[in-house]
Amino acid sequence: MSTRLAGGGRFLDRTRKIRFTFDGESMSAHPGDTLASALLANDRLLVGRSFKYHRPRGVVASGAEEPNALVGLGTGPRFEPNQRATTTELFDGLTAESQNRWPSLEQDVGAVNAALSRVLPAGFYYKTFLWPRAFWKHLYEPVIRRAAGLGKAPHPESRDADTYEHFHVHVDVLVIGGGVAGLQAAKVAAESGAQVLLIEQSAHWGGRAPVDGGTIDGVSTEEWVEKTLGALDALPNLRRIARCMGAAVQDHGYVLGYERLTDHAPGSIGPRHRLWRIRARQIVTATGAIERPLSFAGNDVPGVMLASAMRDYVVNYGVTPGQRVVLVTNNDDGYRTALVLAEAGVEVVRVLDARQMGGGALMVQVREKGIRVDPGRAIARVSGGKRVRTVHSCLADGTGNVLEDIPCDAVAMSGGWSPVVHLWSHCGGKLRWDEAGAFFRPDPARPPTGADGQAMVVPAGSANGELTLRNLLQDAVKAGKSAALKVGCEVGDIRVPLGQEVAESALMPLWIVPARATPDLRMKAFLDYQNDVKVSDLQLAAREGYESVEHAKRYTTLGMATDQGKLSNINGLAVLSDALGEPIPQVGTTTFRPPYTPISFGAITGEARGALFQPLRRTPMDAWHDANGAQWEPVGHWRRPYCYRRPGETTEMAVNREILATRRSLGLLDASTLGKIVVKGPDAGRFLDMLYTNMMSTLPLGKCRYGLMCNENGFLIDDGVVARLSEDSWLCHTTTGGAERIHAHMEDWLQCEWFDWRVYTANITEQYAQVAVVGPEARRLLEKLGGMDLSREVLPFMTFAEGTLGGFPARVYRISFSGELSYEVAVPANLGRAFWGKLLELGAEWDVTPYGTEALHVMRAEKGFIMIGDETDGTVIPQDLNLGWAISKKKEDFLGKRAQERVHMADPNRWKLVGLQTPDGGVLPTGALALAPGKNANGQRNTQGRVTSSYFSPTLGRGIAMALVLDGPQRIGEELTFTTDDYDAADEAKTTLTATIVSPVFYDAEGARNDV
Amino acid sequence: MSESYPEPVSPLMGASSEGALTVREAGPTGMIALRGDLSDPAFTGPVAALAGCPLPTVWQARGGDGRTLLWMAPDELLLLLPYAEARQAAPRLQAELDGRAVHALVQDVSDMRVRLLLTGPQMREALARLTPVDMSPAMLAPGSLRRTRIAQTAAAIRVISEEEAEVLCFRSVADYAFRLLGGAARNAPDFGYF
Repeated sequence: MSTRLAGGGRFLDRTRKIRFTFDGESMSAHPGDTLASALLANDRLLVGRSFKYHRPRGVVASGAEEPNALVGLGTGPRFEPNQRATTTELFDGLTAESQNRWPSLEQDVGAVNAALSRVLPAGFYYKTFLWPRAFWKHLYEPVIRRAAGLGKAPHPESRDADTYEHFHVHVDVLVIGGGVAGLQAAKVAAESGAQVLLIEQSAHWGGRAPVDGGTIDGVSTEEWVEKTLGALDALPNLRRIARCMGAAVQDHGYVLGYERLTDHAPGSIGPRHRLWRIRARQIVTATGAIERPLSFAGNDVPGVMLASAMRDYVVNYGVTPGQRVVLVTNNDDGYRTALVLAEAGVEVVRVLDARQMGGGALMVQVREKGIRVDPGRAIARVSGGKRVRTVHSCLADGTGNVLEDIPCDAVAMSGGWSPVVHLWSHCGGKLRWDEAGAFFRPDPARPPTGADGQAMVVPAGSANGELTLRNLLQDAVKAGKSAALKVGCEVGDIRVPLGQEVAESALMPLWIVPARATPDLRMKAFLDYQNDVKVSDLQLAAREGYESVEHAKRYTTLGMATDQGKLSNINGLAVLSDALGEPIPQVGTTTFRPPYTPISFGAITGEARGALFQPLRRTPMDAWHDANGAQWEPVGHWRRPYCYRRPGETTEMAVNREILATRRSLGLLDASTLGKIVVKGPDAGRFLDMLYTNMMSTLPLGKCRYGLMCNENGFLIDDGVVARLSEDSWLCHTTTGGAERIHAHMEDWLQCEWFDWRVYTANITEQYAQVAVVGPEARRLLEKLGGMDLSREVLPFMTFAEGTLGGFPARVYRISFSGELSYEVAVPANLGRAFWGKLLELGAEWDVTPYGTEALHVMRAEKGFIMIGDETDGTVIPQDLNLGWAISKKKEDFLGKRAQERVHMADPNRWKLVGLQTPDGGVLPTGALALAPGKNANGQRNTQGRVTSSYFSPTLGRGIAMALVLDGPQRIGEELTFTTDDYDAADEAKTTLTATIVSPVFYDAEGARNDV
Repeated sequence: MSESYPEPVSPLMGASSEGALTVREAGPTGMIALRGDLSDPAFTGPVAALAGCPLPTVWQARGGDGRTLLWMAPDELLLLLPYAEARQAAPRLQAELDGRAVHALVQDVSDMRVRLLLTGPQMREALARLTPVDMSPAMLAPGSLRRTRIAQTAAAIRVISEEEAEVLCFRSVADYAFRLLGGAARNAPDFGYF
């Protein structure tokens, strides 16, 4: 059984006890435990069920690489699935639940998948798409697929109770990893004068060294770590942060650090996670190494664990996963676990060393403890269901014939170490194969490079393949120096601390255990625990022709789980290379992508939630709208009133009332959101002539002109009224959503193409509050305000004037988007709310009615005016909208001119703008398609037009619509058939509507209402 | 002032939020956008005369007598001055430059932005939560200015002293910016990074 030891546990506070629950069962542990060590202390070996076969699984590792021990943590608004027990610091009251089991972890019906494992091989999903079809619907999808999976997503209505934040910093040198190498590299860089940030993913400094032993400068590694931390803390230019993982290395030295501030103390003040967004001039990756499992049958039975993890549990947490342990290894380092176990009083019943001659000095030490070592032996298989019962040993290079049954309750396995090259590789660092260590290590000749083409990452210590203390320290000093030099520091003579430990003899690569294992053994030897990928799956993929490692990965799903194959990567590709008969370096690795381990969505989101989810743009009159029934409509980031609902009114009733009141008497529209861009300079006229399809340079002072803007492909991108302010300045109005885009469009052309033209632009959209005063009584209201002569003679249609109106500094444009007598009045935004109030107050005698965007839309449609985004969709040219009159024939050039002359654009058969009228006055659905006879080459029904805008017109008492129709303007009076929203080709009679083509100007075609 | 207009109302009506970091809306401020050739004395001379101080260098703000000139872009400055003066001063300067045939754009933009004043020892840390700019004292000493963003909106950040800064944002997002800055200080205890 796994149990707490009487002694040891350097992370524990044994004087205190805390309680937690797992699947509802209350258990006890000490502060300092992880959830994994606490479960082991309580003899909970079985912690989850596997993804595909629902095999019982236990803790296999002690850190970020853990594939099995994933749990759901917390409850309600703090519930989170797929949390690693090995990196979850325990706190009093923690609640955890196991995943992927039903009805319980012990009695799981999903294990039926395991019984089916012979029919669930690699590429299972791809194969089932092909055959047999009926199985997909009736068996695979409902049964097998539901049974596969890990944690459940939180309830959709629950809201995260915690807060999160981002933090941006710029540093000279970022050191990722707080083990011996990271500490030493950071010290060298900081002592050379660089600004250094040192981050460590766990709560503890020193990495593995205090567990693995050895001495540095004659003192224990633990003592050296303490001393070095003291030295670092005395440096004002160094900051170190624990519980902060280097998650991603990206272009230009941009690194994401993921700090977990309160995961170990939920509910504390402050954010739960902090996402560090770091710009580093140099990055040192001292990310350590991860031990590899060995691929023998039953290597996933609870109780089988990485050898290094087992000694971590003993030394750091005072926990042993078993009382009778078998160690299986292909290298000397594994023996350290036997020594640690023996020291702690745990019986090591056997060491199986795959090497014919066994190991070196460490083996001798183990033998001296009286532990039997069998060289040339390995594990044929492990038996046991929910915990290890027996190890069946065999010859390491054999087929798996059992030589001996060894009763035991835990197995420590060591397959050698792989440097954590992830962060080196994220941004393009390449790897080279190390024959001696049988691992990939960073290739110093091909580093990830920064903007200057120089290396921006320097690996240090075991992350760089230097696995002995002595070499690791030398390498760390070298890395610290290199980083300091690259950021311009002067580096003096630096003494390299002397690392000493027991010398190790060579490792023997062993990718399949035993080397010639029979098929039935290979089918139980797991490579990727989290995705249930076995040795046999990789071999099958190779047989089926998957030669590329990237293809084999996707076919078998090796390394595609949430642990991204931290344990399975090298073993998997070694098996693949063996199956392909190609050397490992030729097969290569899959791509290492960020993040190193999953980070929370909360950390990515930061402050952007609730009211801060997105910026909301408000006009100066926003508060009035809000207090007066505004139904909001988003327009870009703005919110604009769609209509103002009065008590008892529906939205539809409000819209109709607003339109009728405006046409009958007087309406007000908050038009502040309209884009306003001032364009000034000696070349401004020439510039605007290029930007607009019509002529703006000839616009007389004091006048306005409606203009169209196209992109270089000829498509209509914006429209609006342009006013000539002075000899060399114009004010261009854009659509609400277009202001920033059009301003950028202008600056693009000015800065990149016509950089010698003397033009300045300024987007002054927000300088003004603008109100459209609309309706037959509009002039009377403005005259009542007083101060400006706005008579028909002085201010005719399409002119503007500046002055003081009712005490407000104002610019008054006589323009109309409704067909009514209409003025748009711009006042400084700080006076906007007061001006709006004044208009409401003085307009009361005419029943002044504020109206929203929907009334605006309906009134413009009644007049046949187009709307960017309704009548245009990025494929429409002005000619399609019968706007040829606004396209200058005289100008030599304008943006879009050449494109509009191309064959497809000049095609007379383009769909053109018309109006539509239904026989019964009904409203066509927006987007409805006009049917045409026959089918196209793809078997789809032919069409000959589409509805671009459709409304109920209260003015006319019936539906009106605008549409783009083939040869439309020549077909006035013709009847077309349109689809409805539930169009069904089999029942067209009931699912279509008819409408007659009419002029798009439905109301006051002669323009009499504005001509006053 | 030849005319008297209604009282200007700034977007947040002078709101403030207290805490480890005080965030206060400065209220109506005169602002004049100036685009021109910053190396041409014919442009910079009249500008400096109006501002009462020499031109700021790149990424700097220069203060004069109740007026401050901000470097906004390689061909753009922003002059801060009392609100009541901007409406007259802008056209006067434009006319002066036009009269000398100097190609320049002078625009009264006093109503276009919100000005938020931050005070407190957490100033740098609070801003570092929201902006990618290097907020360290070495890179952003008092007198420095950056045009950047805070969270999802454009902003200019000007450091006035070790515990004071001001943030200029567009007026439409005043409420967003105010909540953002208030939240950046309140939500998290100071951890003394800078």
